[in-house]
Formats: sequence, C-alpha cells, structure tokens
Amino acid sequence: MLKLESISKTFNPGTMDAKLALDGLSLDVKKGDFISIIGANGAGKSTLFNAICGSFIVDSGRVILDGQDVTWQPEHARAKVIGRLFQDPMRGSAPGMSIEENLVLAGGRGGWLSTATRREKQAIRDRLALLNMGLEDRMKQPVGLLSGGQRQALTLMMATLNTPKILLLDEHTAALDPGTAEKVLALTTKIVEDDAITCLMITHNMQSALELGNRTIMMDQGRVVFDTEGEARSRLTVEDLLEKFREASGRKLDNDRMLLT
Amino acid sequence: MSLPMILSLGQTALELALFNSLTVLALFLSYSMLNVCDLSTDGCFALGAAVGAVVAIAGHPWLSIPAAMLAGVLSGLVTAVLQTRMGVNSLLAGIIVNTGLYSVNIAIMGGSSLLNMNKTTTVFSMLKAALKGTPLDGLSALIIGLIAAAAVILFLSLFLRTRLGLAIRATGDNPDMVRSSSINPVFTTTVGLCISNSFTALSGCLLAQSQKSTTVDIGSGILTVALASLLIGGVFLGRRRIPLRAVGAVLGAFVFRLVYTIALRFNLPAFMLKLVSSVIVVAAISGPYLKKQLPMLKRQLRGRAGA
Repeated sequence: MLKLESISKTFNPGTMDAKLALDGLSLDVKKGDFISIIGANGAGKSTLFNAICGSFIVDSGRVILDGQDVTWQPEHARAKVIGRLFQDPMRGSAPGMSIEENLVLAGGRGGWLSTATRREKQAIRDRLALLNMGLEDRMKQPVGLLSGGQRQALTLMMATLNTPKILLLDEHTAALDPGTAEKVLALTTKIVEDDAITCLMITHNMQSALELGNRTIMMDQGRVVFDTEGEARSRLTVEDLLEKFREASGRKLDNDRMLLT
Repeated sequence: MSLPMILSLGQTALELALFNSLTVLALFLSYSMLNVCDLSTDGCFALGAAVGAVVAIAGHPWLSIPAAMLAGVLSGLVTAVLQTRMGVNSLLAGIIVNTGLYSVNIAIMGGSSLLNMNKTTTVFSMLKAALKGTPLDGLSALIIGLIAAAAVILFLSLFLRTRLGLAIRATGDNPDMVRSSSINPVFTTTVGLCISNSFTALSGCLLAQSQKSTTVDIGSGILTVALASLLIGGVFLGRRRIPLRAVGAVLGAFVFRLVYTIALRFNLPAFMLKLVSSVIVVAAISGPYLKKQLPMLKRQLRGRAGA
C-alpha cells in the first residue's frame, strides 16, 4: 500500500542548525496494516508523516502510494487519498463553519460548483450518528462550539468519510483528557477495522503501542531501529521494548511524555 | 430644510450607498470569508471606473459593465499570484498592485487623470430616458444600484454554498487545516480574490457612470470606507447565516452613509469623510479588543490602589 524507499530529509542544510531528520528510511506498509510508531523526542516520527503527506519533498528516495510514485506530488493532491489527524484537535476543522459544512467539504464529491444533495447530507448525518455524541442533531452549529474531544472525533469522521488509502494519526489523543482520549481511540480502532483502513499511528503510550494494531516500529534519529509484528510482537512487554531501544541506540529512551503503562 | 430637499438628499445618499455596497460585498468575500485584507481595493475601484468609462465613451454602454468586471478579475489575479506564487506578503501584494494600478489607470484613460461622460450614453442615461414620464422617473440610478446589489448578494449566497465557496471559507477560517487537506489554498485564494475584485471594479464603474465622470483618485480611501461599512453591518447581522450577513454588509453601507450625511448637515466639512471612516474602523476593530482588556485593567488599577 505504502512504500518508502530510503527517504532522507535534512532541515537547514549547510548551516550550523542542519538536522538530518530522516536518514535513508525505508518502510513497506502492507494493505490493512495498523502500525504503531514509537520513539524518543525528535526521532523523526512526525517528519515521517510530513514526508508521506508531502508537506515537504524528500531530499532523496521515493514515496510510493498504492503503486503510484507520489514523490513529487504536492500535499493537496496526496491529501485526496491520505487522511491525517494531528495532536491539536483545533487543527482539523474550520471553527467558523457548521458541522455539516465541514463534513460536506471533507466529503468532496462532485464538482467545485456543486452543492451537497439532501441524500448526501442525510448520509453524512447517519455516519455522524455512529459517534454516539449527539452531533447529528447539531449539524447547523459552528464547529467552534464543540469540545476538543468532539472536534477530534469530528476530524476523524472528516478524514475517513471517503475511505482513505492510508490514515496517519499523529498522537491524536494526546491533547485530550484521559476519558475522552479513550473514547476517541476506541472510535478510531472501530472505524479503522470496519473500513479496513491501512493506518499508521504515532503514540507515546507504550502499552497501547503494543496492544493496538498488528505491527510496531520504533524510530530513532530518522531511522527505523526496531520493527516487530506477529507472534514475536504479541510476546513483547513494555520492558522488552525499552531494552530493544537501549540495544538499538545505545542509550536510554527519553521521551518526556512517554507513558510506560 | 424642505421635505423635497430631504428626500433628494436621502435618495443621493441611498444611491451612493448602493454603489459603495458592492465594494463592501467584495470585502465581505475577501476580508470576512478569505481573511485577506486586500489593499489593492482603492486602485481596483478606480480601474473599474476607468475601464467602464473608456468602453462607454467608445460607444458600448452595456459592454462597459462586463469589461470593468473583467479588469477587476485581472487585477485580483495579479494580487493573488503575487501572494500565493511569488512569496510576496499578502498586505504588500495589495499595496504593490495598488501603486501599479495608478499608472495603469491613467494609461487606460488615455494619459489623462480625468474623464468626462457628460454626453456619453451609459446604462444610466439609457434607463433614465426609458423611464421618462413613468412613475419611476428620476429613480434610474437607484434602480440600477438595487439590481446590482441584489445580484451580487444572490450570487454570494449561492456561491458560498458550493464546494468551492466552502473551500474558500475554510481557507480563511483555518489555513492549517486547508494546508493539510485536499484543498489547494493557492487555488481558493486566487478564485476568491478574482471574484471580490470584480465586484470592486463593478462598484467603481457604476459610481463613475452615475456621476458622469471619473478621476484617477475616485477610489482613494474606498477600502477604509467599505471596511467601516462592513464592520457596521457585522454589528447588526454578523452572527447570522451567509445571505443575511451579505445583506448586513449592504445595510452597513447605508448606515455609514446616513451617519455621514447627518454629519454633513451639522456642518462637518466634506473632506472629513475619510477621517470619520478611519475612526469607525478603529472603533469597530479595537472596541471588542479593548473591552476584553478592561477587566484586567480594572484589576491592575485596583491592585495598585490597594498597594
């Protein structure tokens, strides 16, 4: 589904601040994979997502999405088949527009000058009802009135309204309170499973990194240092993961927000 | 003051308000929706006036209107390309285009800074002749202004509901979201500015033809006047749905004219118009901000008094 062929990216090249953020990273994501990604601060996890999305063009290497070389495609062109959620729940929806308008925009069917049909709006409503948050009765309200958790759930809906080829979750529950975070995470796994979406999820929660999905990769200094799936993965504990990191990088895992349980 | 005089003054004020309201609606699109403060507005207004006048003088009264609007589209396109493709800051792009348009406008007017349309057949003179002897006699300018404002409101109400319209609104509402979405902000900004500038140019074209002359300075200060009108309109209908907010923009233009006309009656000299509009814009933008700061200031003062 997604193939990264030794991609590299250096920020501020040729200056004192030059930073090699992605160092010849290769990754082969199979269709239907749900991969959790862990790593220390500055390991290049978000940079990896930015490279996949086309927020910047990689310095070298190729990005192949569903058999198509998208290395040079601009961000908005790739976004048609990539869904992405950020940590900041305010980032994924337009606060001054209504819930319905946001979803119609995300649905993106029809030409530029078309308007959403009644059937389409009904379909959006029905889908929103799946969230069980009562948002389907507030379709005309501006999104700015929603709580952070509701907005993140709405963003999740917007990102998956047209089933994306790949869904990128960048610590999308980290800014929510624990109860809401759990709810949004449960919704995420349900939607990902129901629609069989290929998914990459950055998390700082070691436990859920091992519990969710079918594969876990660990990143350090712009490279994948540990990659596990299947039976080997199911036997792993959080302690094992920390040990693996020490082995791979020769130092202790330091992430100020890392949760070990 | 006699009643007919008041009526006549009122009608003139209404006509001017309607012509200006098209610029207010242009800003409604660029400033309120797209969140771009288009500083090329003054020049684009004069551009519409100049192109409209030249085409009308050449003997094409009907063609003058689409020609002026097309000129506005081009001007908007240049502003948009500068800020989306060539790395020019959005405000600076407007100022640059505005400055450039000054020369362009004089060139369009054949090297003169003033064009006279006293003997020119315009849409206004045609309608005036057609309405002679009917009950609507003498209301031609008002009718044209009303039709134009209604058409633009209708267009905006429909357009902003389309996917493109929603995408333009999202571009202004949450640029971060749009950057990582399948909407190309370069495209939405460009379309938005082209459309808004076509309204600004139409506004200038109609004002020039109604007063049968245009100068290169006809648009000077119109941005602030229109912004003041827009913000006044927002006070009345700012939190409603889009069509009502557009009507509010026109209403704002009326109220601004009304305040201004009354001020003139109290012997405020005409040259004070721009200062009045500046003060209104400052009040409308700073008012809410200062109101938010007020509790903090009070606490500070109380704290100091206590200490």
